[in-house]
Amino acid sequence: MFRRLPDARSGLVSLTIDGAACVGRRGDSVAALLLETGHAACRKSAVSGEPRGPYCMMGVCFECLVEIDGVANRQACLVQIAEGMKVTTGTGRREVTP
Amino acid sequence: MSAFFDFAVIGGGLVGAALARGLAREGLRVCVLDEGDVAYRASRGNFALVWLQSKGINMPAYANWTRRSVDLWPAYAAELQNETGIDVSLQQEGGFHLALSDAEMERLVTIASRVNGQPGVDPYPYCVLDGEEVRRRLPGAGPDVVGGTYSPLDGHLNALRLYRAMHKALLVAGVEYRPGSRVARIDHANGFSLSIEGGGKIRAKRIALAAGLDNVRLAPMVGLCAPVRPQRGNILVTEKVAPFLRIPVQTVRQTDEGSVMIGDSQEEAGLSEGINHGIMGVMAGRAVRMFPAIANLNIVRMWACLRVLSPDGFPIYDQSLTHPGAFVATCHSGVTLAAVHAAVLAPHMARGRLPEEAGSFSAGRLHVSKTA
Repeated sequence: MFRRLPDARSGLVSLTIDGAACVGRRGDSVAALLLETGHAACRKSAVSGEPRGPYCMMGVCFECLVEIDGVANRQACLVQIAEGMKVTTGTGRREVTP
Repeated sequence: MSAFFDFAVIGGGLVGAALARGLAREGLRVCVLDEGDVAYRASRGNFALVWLQSKGINMPAYANWTRRSVDLWPAYAAELQNETGIDVSLQQEGGFHLALSDAEMERLVTIASRVNGQPGVDPYPYCVLDGEEVRRRLPGAGPDVVGGTYSPLDGHLNALRLYRAMHKALLVAGVEYRPGSRVARIDHANGFSLSIEGGGKIRAKRIALAAGLDNVRLAPMVGLCAPVRPQRGNILVTEKVAPFLRIPVQTVRQTDEGSVMIGDSQEEAGLSEGINHGIMGVMAGRAVRMFPAIANLNIVRMWACLRVLSPDGFPIYDQSLTHPGAFVATCHSGVTLAAVHAAVLAPHMARGRLPEEAGSFSAGRLHVSKTA
């Protein structure tokens, strides 16, 4: 669905999405890489459980929440990919355990 | 020719919207003149409690008026849902005030007994709990909680949906809603003539000022007085999480959709709506001491909004002696009092007189001459 435009940026960055190795370009946001790699639905709504994915790509809609390096519910569109990063999709409503 | 209405309500916030719908239900042709979203609009920044506990020290009438509204809320919410299809998620299963020190605990106990010990007050049911009992009733409450008070009559709702429902109810009731209509001037002759800033006029037999902080400017135009001031409140909102806190605490609540809201700061900051990070830090710190497990949640929103506060903190309801047919209504508990505004205050205004029990809320009470 999404194709990468020809881009002068060359640096490659290796990371994992749901444990699978994955390569992106330096400067990519996590959300952009999720879309490129077919993770259009990257979480479940905390209210209804429906699948949700990156939408506004600029930090306002909070639809692209994923776990990044162990921190839950980060906005994937506001975080740039980094070498060795671990991204986990599919998380739903966060639990608050007393 | 300018439009002519039975009633013009100035202000489309929670107070104005509740009154306008109540007036329209009495069969009147009603117009709401709303400044719009440029207004300070306490209605969009509130904490969404439907709350009785601790209210009404030195003003038994306020305790009873609040009780009446709390009792009317289930029917009001049902009517709103019926008219608009919107469920405001009213939940009245009780509420807590929590204390983090012995001094705070003593204060909570004093407040509850002072409110209920006043002659003429219909006492609200409540109990005083030690820390252990709070932790038993509120799983997740931390070791720093010394105790608290609980009343089964308190509750909360979804404030954004309430505001939407109230405005949809205006449409359904046939109220003419005019946004972007700041009233520049009010003239009185054969009813009222309201000049809208930037042009345009509305005529109405009667008017109700429900313009929040702008009532200060508008009230003297019709021989009324509403000396309210802004008091800033900050609110923090976390990401949505699985339900863990069903019963609201006065300063911490979980919404029906899962967000945790932290609120209830009180700050004199004039008309500034800027947020205060220092105060927010204190609020967040206290909330975490109450519920330690929320410490690692992401904060996704924060805002400040201005309460509309009278000098003694109680509502002002008044009718003009010099300009018959002009009313003013202002309060800082627009959510809690919405039900009584719609069901009691509005029908009386429609008949041209404030209800007898509103007599204590005249601004006249504020005119006590100061001793030299």
